Amino acid sequence: MSRRNLFTYGAAVTVALALALFIGWWRVDGPGAPEPVAQRPLPLTQMEFQMTDQGGETVGPASLLGNPSMVFFGFTYCPDVCPTTLSDISGWLDDLGEAVAEMNVVFITVDPERDTVDAMAEYVSYFHPAIQGWSGTLEETARAAEGFRASYEKVATDGDYTMNHTASVFLFDAEGQFASIIDYHEPREFAAPKIRRVLARAEEETS
Amino acid sequence: MKSTVAAIALAFSVFVGLPTTSFAGSEDIVVEDAWARASIGINRPGAAYMTLRNTGTDPVTLVELETPLAMMPDIHETKTDANGVSSMGPVGEITIPAGESVALEPGGMHAMLMRLQTKMVEGETFPLRLNFADGGTLTVDVPILGIAARGPEG
Repeated sequence: MSRRNLFTYGAAVTVALALALFIGWWRVDGPGAPEPVAQRPLPLTQMEFQMTDQGGETVGPASLLGNPSMVFFGFTYCPDVCPTTLSDISGWLDDLGEAVAEMNVVFITVDPERDTVDAMAEYVSYFHPAIQGWSGTLEETARAAEGFRASYEKVATDGDYTMNHTASVFLFDAEGQFASIIDYHEPREFAAPKIRRVLARAEEETS
Repeated sequence: MKSTVAAIALAFSVFVGLPTTSFAGSEDIVVEDAWARASIGINRPGAAYMTLRNTGTDPVTLVELETPLAMMPDIHETKTDANGVSSMGPVGEITIPAGESVALEPGGMHAMLMRLQTKMVEGETFPLRLNFADGGTLTVDVPILGIAARGPEG
């Protein structure tokens, strides 16, 4: 092999390497990167929706400012995930005791057609008294879910329907900034420390 | 005292776990920790949970559920995807491998009780019949706990 050929060969390898690196960057960090799978919810201050709580009061994201909040989506015709989530949350609230007195805990229905204000009021009454149940119109429900980056979908079953929905629990600080998420997947014992951190942050900010 | 309670509990679990007839395989199934949540009225579907233990040497397949409580009882499974979205659907048959257990528990599989005929009242029980592929059946008396129950202990 002549020196000239060696040079050409070396240049080709260098170009190939640079190209591979560029393609890698493009696909991982560059414009070709896939969208992150789960987007973070907006701050509560940037959300806009209006609902009715279990007491008949008009509520919205602004009602949650001033105290840390825990928000999750579900529906009362859900036999498994929703009662489990509500029971888990009731358990965490019991464990945290007095510390949660100032916390907003909100269950938003993704099935307002069946989950009327009365239905929500009855349903939440079986769980921890701090848990509120919010119900809105279909349009407001869609706006709320968009703000939280939550998704839901009506699925037909035998002559009936069920709802697929985001089962995560969203935590916000007193200013309405998104703080943390409790996934349905994760071991439930990780939840209380996450809630405690949000509560501790709220205390630091006020003191 | 404690042993008396244990003996009664054991006697009861043997009683509820006794198959009605003798078939290949399904007589080796023992049902443990069965429980259900109370319902609000009859419009919403109910859910029941339990552990199916196969004490035998052959796999056993559960094919169907029957109960006077609900017109359409079926085994359903909740799945949660990478985006945190939960969905639920029928699982069809469940095979319990020899010597192993299959748990129906919150967030996983459950006996979905669709079209309730009566309200599920806390403190009561209801019979749930399990039909197996070998033709054997097993009727379990499922205790109904509170709506906010988290497990067989309440």
